[in-house]
Amino acid sequence: MQYKDYYEILGVPRTATQDDIKKAFRKLARKYHPDVSKLADAEVRFKDLNEANEVLKDPEKRAAYDQMGSNWKAGQEFQPPPNWDAGFEFRGGDRSGGGNPFGGSEGFDTSDFFESLFGKRGRGGGGPRRSASMQGEDHHAKVLIDLEDAFHGAERSISLRVPKEGADGRVALEERRLDVHIPRGIRAGQHLRLAGQGAPGSGGAQAGDLYLEIEFKPHPRFRLDGNDVYVDLALAPWEAALGATVDAPTPEGAVQLTIPKGSAAGRKLRLKGRGLPAAKAGGAAGDLYAVLTITLPPADAEKALEAYKSMASVFADFDPRPSRGG
Amino acid sequence: MNDTTSSGLRGSIVEEELTLTTIELCRACNASESHIELWVAEGVLQPSGASPDEWRFSGRSLARMRAATRLARDLEINSSGVALALELLDEIEKLEARLRQVSARPPRP
Repeated sequence: MQYKDYYEILGVPRTATQDDIKKAFRKLARKYHPDVSKLADAEVRFKDLNEANEVLKDPEKRAAYDQMGSNWKAGQEFQPPPNWDAGFEFRGGDRSGGGNPFGGSEGFDTSDFFESLFGKRGRGGGGPRRSASMQGEDHHAKVLIDLEDAFHGAERSISLRVPKEGADGRVALEERRLDVHIPRGIRAGQHLRLAGQGAPGSGGAQAGDLYLEIEFKPHPRFRLDGNDVYVDLALAPWEAALGATVDAPTPEGAVQLTIPKGSAAGRKLRLKGRGLPAAKAGGAAGDLYAVLTITLPPADAEKALEAYKSMASVFADFDPRPSRGG
Repeated sequence: MNDTTSSGLRGSIVEEELTLTTIELCRACNASESHIELWVAEGVLQPSGASPDEWRFSGRSLARMRAATRLARDLEINSSGVALALELLDEIEKLEARLRQVSARPPRP
């Protein structure tokens, strides 16, 4: 387990007032909220911010945290000192004090570090006990798929860990495996609804639904932008200068692509309809963009050096760094 | 840890294939009907139909409603603040899409 420096996360000194902490948290929370930020690590940062705020905004937790001393470095291997929390008493640990007018019981996951100090936050636990028959709750989970799955459709096995109450009333984690068909044409951020795969109902009522939010794994070759797919296409300088027909990779296999003569690096060539396919007949497929890059042949042999030297003399007037007017 | 497997599951793509009733949206977002009415009043959600009983929400409403709930809860902003944030985020997305289209054109000679 690694030590977390909550002050560093919020960007405040250890002497910050409660007001400074509140301001710093609010500012950073707006910046890194996963619904607002485009940064890839926004979710992780936001989680850290919440956790830091949870501790530092509460004078008791903050005092206990401070008592461990300031010699720890973020990321350092950490074990809580014995009796570190002696003399402190933490309240229930309910973040919003139960007064959130917007509902939504989802808490945030806390780190091992947080839990070693303050225990697990009450996570759901199934909500209020309801009497009589009651349809089960709908559940949400995120699923990572490969880009290719959205092109061809796929069968994917997904593992979810769900808390389940046993006959003795104790809650244990249960591993649920779902074999799910990923439909062709699904997009990042879309949801797949699996009817009846949410929480079981009570008293013989129907189970809730499970919503899977789709996310794509980063692809080594293709980048996604909405429905459009981008791929870098390397050319030799003469292919770019003279024009050529080359094989361009697409998620559905290579296609022949004509490079117009005089193409510069960075030029994007569009292959219409070769992006993500449409999920429904009549829907719009995305496009594929080949972004041209130019790869120079190595100048390591005598003949290659000669070729570069003769280029240099042919292009004696060429200025690769023209000074821009103004 | 126990282990269960469900196989051969086929789902529906919410954004492409489904419209949701008020009750379905409540359940899917773990929100009360009054929250949904609040977001409709703010213009965050735009269902078809005249009354909450008849409302039908597009599949995209699910993600929007969830984002609205998270923003309100995590940033402690009120409903009109959330509505404003979502509109500005939409605007940014549109502008970015236009920017991409412009930069996809071949450079002028």
